[in-house]
Formats: sequence, structure tokens, C-alpha cells
Amino acid sequence: MFGIARTIWDIFLHGFRRRVTRQYPEQPAYLPPRWRGRIILSRDPDGGERCVACYLCAIACPVDCIALQATEDSTGRRYPEFFRINFSRCIFCGYCEEACPTYAIQLTPDFEMSEYRRPNLVYEKEDLLIAGPGKYPGYNFWRVAGVSIGGKDKGEAENEAPPADLHQLLP
Amino acid sequence: MATIYIDGRPYAVDARQNLLHACLSLGFNLPYFCWHPALGSVGACRQCAIKQFRGPEDQRGKLVMACMTAASEGARISIADAEAVAFRAGIIEGMMQNHPHDCPVCDEGGECHLQDMTVMTGHDYRRYRFAKRTFRNQYLGPLVHHEMNRCIQCYRCVRFYREYAGGRDFNVFGIRNLAYFGRYQDGVLESEFSGNLDEVCPTGVFTDATHKRHYTRKWDMQFAPSICPHCGVGCNLSPGERYGMLRRIVNRYHGGLNGYFLCDRGRYGYEFVNGDQRLRQPRLRLAGGPQSLPQKQAAELLGEWLADDRVIGIGSPRASLEANFALRAVVGARHFYAGVADAELALLRLALEILRRQPAAPLRSMESADAVLVLGEDVTNTAPRMALSLRQAVRQQPMQALEALKIPAWLDHAARELAQQRRGPFYIAAPAATRLDDIARELWRGAPEELARLGFAVAHALAPESPAVAGLAPEAAALAGRIAAALRSAQRPLVVSGLGCRSTELLQAAANIAAALRRLNKNNGRNSPKANSTAEARPDDSSSENDARLALAVPEANSLGLALLDPHPLSQALDAVRAGAATVIVLENDLYRRLPAGEMQSLASGLDRLIALDCIETPTTRQARLALPAAAWAEDDGTFINYEGRAQRYYAAYPPPGEMQASWRWLRDALAVAGREAGRWETLDDVLRALAAEFPDLAAAATAAPPESFRIHGEKVPRQPHRFSGRTAMSANLNVSEPAPPPDPDTPLAFSMEGAPTQPPAAILPFAWAPGWNSYQAWNKLQREIDGPLRGGNPGVRVWPAPSSGERYFRDVPPPPAARAGEWRAVPLYHIFGSEELSRLAPGISQLSPQPYLALSEADAARLGLGAGEALVLILESQRFTLPLVIRPDLAPGLAGVPAGLGPLQGLALPAWCRIERA
Repeated sequence: MFGIARTIWDIFLHGFRRRVTRQYPEQPAYLPPRWRGRIILSRDPDGGERCVACYLCAIACPVDCIALQATEDSTGRRYPEFFRINFSRCIFCGYCEEACPTYAIQLTPDFEMSEYRRPNLVYEKEDLLIAGPGKYPGYNFWRVAGVSIGGKDKGEAENEAPPADLHQLLP
Repeated sequence: MATIYIDGRPYAVDARQNLLHACLSLGFNLPYFCWHPALGSVGACRQCAIKQFRGPEDQRGKLVMACMTAASEGARISIADAEAVAFRAGIIEGMMQNHPHDCPVCDEGGECHLQDMTVMTGHDYRRYRFAKRTFRNQYLGPLVHHEMNRCIQCYRCVRFYREYAGGRDFNVFGIRNLAYFGRYQDGVLESEFSGNLDEVCPTGVFTDATHKRHYTRKWDMQFAPSICPHCGVGCNLSPGERYGMLRRIVNRYHGGLNGYFLCDRGRYGYEFVNGDQRLRQPRLRLAGGPQSLPQKQAAELLGEWLADDRVIGIGSPRASLEANFALRAVVGARHFYAGVADAELALLRLALEILRRQPAAPLRSMESADAVLVLGEDVTNTAPRMALSLRQAVRQQPMQALEALKIPAWLDHAARELAQQRRGPFYIAAPAATRLDDIARELWRGAPEELARLGFAVAHALAPESPAVAGLAPEAAALAGRIAAALRSAQRPLVVSGLGCRSTELLQAAANIAAALRRLNKNNGRNSPKANSTAEARPDDSSSENDARLALAVPEANSLGLALLDPHPLSQALDAVRAGAATVIVLENDLYRRLPAGEMQSLASGLDRLIALDCIETPTTRQARLALPAAAWAEDDGTFINYEGRAQRYYAAYPPPGEMQASWRWLRDALAVAGREAGRWETLDDVLRALAAEFPDLAAAATAAPPESFRIHGEKVPRQPHRFSGRTAMSANLNVSEPAPPPDPDTPLAFSMEGAPTQPPAAILPFAWAPGWNSYQAWNKLQREIDGPLRGGNPGVRVWPAPSSGERYFRDVPPPPAARAGEWRAVPLYHIFGSEELSRLAPGISQLSPQPYLALSEADAARLGLGAGEALVLILESQRFTLPLVIRPDLAPGLAGVPAGLGPLQGLALPAWCRIERA
């Protein structure tokens, strides 16, 4: 009996408390920058595609929802011919972002992806690629990699000596 | 055997081996780089350091390189010793100093020995702060890609290329930490085995340039246990597929055949499967033009046409045993014709007759032959992988000195230093230069008949019962004596010939020599030659293989299989058509390669219905009334019988796309429509059962691999690695619901990553992988012992029983060829890239294939006053071909060399007399 009365009293008191219900979507939610939401592909500081199609995100993905195909431009720069994420399977675990050696794939604070048709949740590279570098503004994989690409010859990467002269005989 | 103690526990190991070999054979993970099971030890990389102790009391021990230390009785070693572990980690750290930050864009990534070893030793953080050394790359041709920055200077590439494969145009340049591995300048690698650099290199310096164009990681490919379709050797392959496209070929270890290496034709010829020369849609030619048909309708049409009782079938040496047998079931034994020229069929029958009496030597036992005679065969261009094995044979005799000096054979550079330039007896008799000439002790050139006469003379010198050769030139007689003496004094002599010269007498001569050698062997009681560490019998070899003295190269993957099905000669098919046969089914065969173009034209025009089943578009399919798209070998299951009579099963890496299906299924569907019994075949096993019932001889072919019902713990064997990615996204653009894996009713393999996690039998092992070993080095983990057969034994079975006694001599010695005034003897010259029908459609291979030409000897060209490149007309019977002249100083005078299988010259019946005119 006392218990019931106590409950009624508590409920009555709640009527005077501050509201916690958020009026979403009129009132947008704050999501911290490291929130693991919709996946994007970023570009390096020079504006080139960051993804080098190494397939590490695909193998890291526990639900196998990433598929891509590597290709190269005429200068040897590798990029994905297509890059597909099936968001109807994605569990937003962030393993792909962890695995990515070039900071290309990033999870963003956006989760508003509801669709009436499942095929609309299949995102291709055009849907994923954003204009900027995302969370990692400074990094450019090609500046540290040893392969030469257009605009960066052998020996021009960070921490690299110029190409060896094989004809010199100095000890 | 010796007992060694590893970390305090005793193990029995092979005392003739080194400790690295022993540790890996026992299943320990010990990192290494420069050592390779086929190349031996040089101790260059210092990676396999272990602690060795003097005795049970010794607590300090000393660091030794496992690969350079013999597994002697009582040896006490420690792999886990802290000092050894730290030493190995330090070595890796040093190697990684200059290794570029390339893994994400490196084609080796995910199957990189350097990655595996780095993980194994625990090195994970770069402390070195200074600049990395860089190199410029070289262009090495359309097959091999070079990325020199990644090199860790293990020297494996140069050891393989120069010392093992005998290449001359690749070396190490520069000094100190700038050692550079490449050619002296950019250019196509000359060796026919250059593709092996990809697998020999422990990291990504050499990678597959064809794979680079459609790159897929190893973990993402669907593999199949497969057999090479590009020659008669039957090397085991592991083709990888993704998104319905064949991505690449790598070697699949076979302890008796290809071992660790492939030739470039086998490795890079695969691209024809993806090419636009594929026949993809059933096509009916009507008066109004060609019309595409759906699969079902095409099969029904074919079935209706079978009602006609004047149907004949032409088989194929590049189609599987099952497909040929299905065709035979469709048309009946009486109307089943060989899809090869009559002369070739006769040669194949002769080869079969010989091989039933003389066992053929597997490739790996050729490596231990200590005297070799190559009779009339350009092995490098007709059975390429065989040439690599023969190259090892010249090392055998010099290496016999090792024993006296107590140098183990695995101590590679000591053994090579001892041998210097000395080579064992190796004789080549051929119409023109071969790529093995550099290792030959003596060469002999002549027309096929002259070579056969030399062969008969050798046989007579070895065994007087073998017929003598009358009127032999004195030099030839002297050479025959020297060859016979070398063969007689050898422990494991070998004679290699083949169908290359298309000469019956040559095969007979080779058979006589082999018979004489076997006879000698028996008389001398040398059935089990004294096993030294180099020429030792492999545990898997049956005694008959050790006893094998003969190898005959056959032209195509299933040449012997076709001949075993007892087909009638092709000329009789032409007769049958002239006599009124109205429907001809041509199975996976381009008859323009088998018949002179004129004859083929007349055959096709006299026909009501020419039906061609093929995986590629050929002149025959273009002419066919009904062309049916067959699955290519990588999309199909079947059995090939190789040059030694070994039946080996190959499996589809992926189901045939679109309207294509396996040839036997096309024929089965047609039979079902026609209401015949064979139309009830459901699976490949049904075909094999019917085959075994009809050909008791070939019953063994059905046991070449486990049947479909084979399961491991109730599960099929997965074709995909367990880390296969993208299952829920690969086809999401087409249909967001994932399809079920395609069914595979024919094999114990599944088109899936799910299945039995344990090692399957070798015949159905799709790819090499072991925990911690993602690279090709994982084969170490799948072998019974290092370099031995895979667990479960070498794949494949010999289809005929080992012969007991083989001494019967062919008695028809050919007369010396009489020169004809104004005529030349046209002989075929083979090209590894170009002479084979399927591989030449691959872009990389076709780039390296020569243009049609006519070759004359220097003397003949000078006599006629002809210059290189001059246009000549080759007149062969009624046919005329205008060809540029190539002057070959190595060609025997009186011969005209015609490239085999190239362009318009492909259907010529050679050897033949021809005339030559200026254009």
C-alpha cells in the first residue's frame, strides 16, 4: 500500500523535473567527432583520392560488406575502380577505419541513413567519396610510400635517399 | 635418421639434411629468407639463427645458422633460446631498415614471406630514423614487374635465375648496401622461367605484371586445384578467380612433377580465359546471318540433330578425358575420330605402345639423372617445365665428388664451387638449336631421320640386339659411341624425346635406347642405384619410376588421353563426310590447326551441319552451323593424362558464366533430348563410371582424385581462403540479397569459404596456406617432409600398370635421307610463346610470340644469295605462303624451319618436302 503511494508520489514529482526527451529530429543530437556512423572515403591534402585499394578494410570487415577492385592510373597510382559498401549489412564497428593504412576510410558522426528500399543502402564510391581529408588533415600516404607515382619520383618521398647510383664504386 | 634435441626434446630427423630443413619438417616455425628447398642453403640472410649446444651440460651454447648446420646425430639446439630470438628479431629489423612503406600498394601484400617472417619474429616498430635507400626500377617485359626498393638482398632471385634456371641476362649489380638485382639494362627477361621470380622472391620486388592489371589479394581469390592446359607435362596449378574473372595462376606444389616452379607459358597463358576471343553465346548460323540462342534451346537443337544417324564426332587433345568420352558416347565408337593429324595420332599410338613397355620418368626424377640424351626435341619450347628439370641433371655427375669430400648437397655454393663449370654428360641431337644447348656436352644437328639414325646407333652400341645402322657417317658413329659410353657408365641415364619432330623413327630410336638402358641396368644389378644424398629416391617414387630411363614430350595436355580412347584417324572422318556423313561435332578443336586449310574448307563446305563446341572463337567455330560455348579449363572439371600417363583431375575455379557449360554437359543435354541412356549422367562421377566400364584400362583415371561424395568431417573442401572478403557486397549492386554459393554437384569442393578446415588430400588442395604462413612458403607446412610429397601423396595416378619387362627393339632403321634437288625438308620449329593455341591468346604471351617466318641455314641462304628479312614463298604441295626469311646459323643445312602453330602455317603436315622461291 505504502509502495503504491510512494510510486504515485514519485511520478508526481517527475512532473516538475527538467525534460530529458530530446525533440529529435527537430532538435539535432550532438554526436562526438569519434562517433562511428556512416562511412566515407576521404581525399588527401592535395585533393587526390586517398584510398589505394589495398583491400585491408574489406578483410577487416566482420560482416564482409565492403567490396572493391584495385586499378592503377598510367603513372602507377593505385585507386579503387569501384568501392562498394552495403550499409544494410554494416554494423558500424569501425574495424575498416582501424585497418586503413591511408586514413581514407573514416566513420563519421552521421547515422541518418533510413531507407525504404534496401538497395538504396548500397553505396558506391561516388556516394562515399567526400571532398576533404576528414579527421586527418595532414596525411598523404603517397608521400611516405616507396613507389613512384605521377608527380613523385623515386627518392622524393619523406625520409628517402635519392635513387642509388649503381655505377659508383665508392665504399 | 639421426636423433636431435630441440629445446630439450628428442626428434628423429634425416641426417643428410640441415637443421633448418629438419626443424621445418618437424613443423617448427623458424624464419628464413635465403634458403629455398629447391635452391639449398647459402647462409646469406642470417635469419634462421638458432642456439647449438655442445652437450647436455653446455648451458651457454653458440648461435649457428640452422640452414648451414648439418642435422648430425645428437645435435642439441634451441629455437626458443632468448639470445637466438633476439638475434632473429635484430636481423629482421635490419632488413626492414630500407624496406619501403609499400605494403598497401604492394602486390605481394597478404602473401609476403617478409611480412610473415616479420610477424613471426615480433618486429613491429621502426626505430631507424635515417633516410631509406631507393632504386630505380627496370622494365622487365610484359610478364614480370620490378619494384627494386623492396629488396632485402637475400639473393634468391639471382640464384634461381642464373644457377637453377640457367638464365644469363639477369644478375646482381652494385656494391655494399646497394646490391641491385636486375638486367644490365631494361628489357624483356629472356628466361622462360622468369615468372618464378614472383614466387622465389620473399617480398614484392618481382611480381606478376599480368595480375597487376586486375589485382586481387590472395585472401580474396577463389582457388581450385588445377592442371596446366598448355602442354603435355601436366604441371599442377592454382588458378585464382574473383568477380567471375580469372585473376592469376600460381604454382601448386607437386612432389613428383613441377615441384616449386612453372614455366611462363603455364603461369601467364591464363588470360585467354578473360579475353574477347571467348565464345560466349550459343550461335546458330542461318541464311540471314548468325542468331544467338539460349542454352536450353541450343541443347535441344543439338539433340534433335542427333536423331540423324550420320553423325560423326571429332575429339580433341586439349579437351578433358570426360568431354572426349562424352562425345564418343554421342557418336558411338565407330564414328569417333581423333582431332589430330593422322601422323600425330600414329605417333601418339606409338608413344603409348612404348610407354606401356617403358615407364616414363617424372620431372623430379629427371633432376637426378646423371647422363642425358635429348633426341630431336626442343624441350624448352614443347614441354617447357621439363627443360628446367633437365637443367638440374647436368649437376649430378660433378656432385658425385661431394660425397668423398663430405660436403652435403644442400650446401649449395660449396657444391657449385666444387663443380665449377664441370657438367655431367648431356647430349642434344636436334634439327636446330635448343635452349638447352648451353649445358650440352655435344650437339648434333640434322633432319629427323638423321637424328633417328644416331639414336639407333646409340641403342646398338648399348645393346647389340638392337638393330645396327648401316652407312652411318663416321662422325655420327663416333658420337654415338661417346653417347653410349656416357649412358652406360651413368647410374641413372635418361633419354628424352618427343613428338616435336613428328618422326616415328625418332620415337623408336629413343625407345630402343631406353630398352637397352633398362637391360643394362638389370644386368648390372643396379635396380636400386646407390643412394647418395643428391640422387636419392624420393619416398613417393615407385621403383618403376626410379627405373625410368625415358621421357617423351607430348604436344598437348590430353594428347595421350585422347589416344587412349581409341579414336579413328582424322582422314577417315573426311572420308566419312565424303561418303555422306552430314553432321560433324567438333569438340574443343580448331580443325584448321589439324588439317591443311584447303582440306578443311572442302570438309566444311561438304557438310550440312558442322557443330563446334569450344571455349574460344576459332576459324572452325566461325564456320560452324551451330557453335556452342564450352567452359574453359578454369571453369570446368575434368581429367588430363600427361606425358607419363598420369591421370590428374583439374577443377573449376568458378562456375562457367552465362550460357557456357562444360562440354560433356552440352553433349549430355543433347543425349537427354535424344532420349539416349548417357543422357542420364548427372555428375562427373557418372561419366567416369561409364568411362571405366567401357575402358577398363582407364578405370584408374576415375581414382585420380576423390569422388564427389568425399567429405572431411561431413564437409566439402572450401575453394576460398577463410578470410575471403566482401560476400555481402560483391553483388549488392545487382541484388542486395546475397545469393547462395553456387552448387557444385561434380566435386568434393565448394564454391565457398566454409568447409573442412583441415588439409585435404593433395589432389583437391586448392591453395597453400598455413597459420602464420601466407606466402607460397606455406607449402613447407603441407608436405610430409620438406621438398617431399604433399601429405596424402602426390596427386594423380598412372593409368597403366608399371611395365615389368620392356626389352623389345624396333627394327626399322630409316635410310639416310636423300637430298632432293631444289627442295628443302620443312621441319617444325617450336616457340614456347606462340606455338600453343590457347596461351597465345593471352595478351602478355602474344606480345612475346614471334611473327610467322621461314628459317634457312646460313649456308643455304648464302648459296641462294638471300638476305635476312627477304620475302620468300614457301611451296608445300599446292599451298603457297609468303614469309620473311630468318637466317638461323644453327639450323642443319637442307632444312627449312617453319614455326609450328603460328598464323597461316598452323595446319601444315610437317615434316615435308617443300620448295622455296623468291617472292
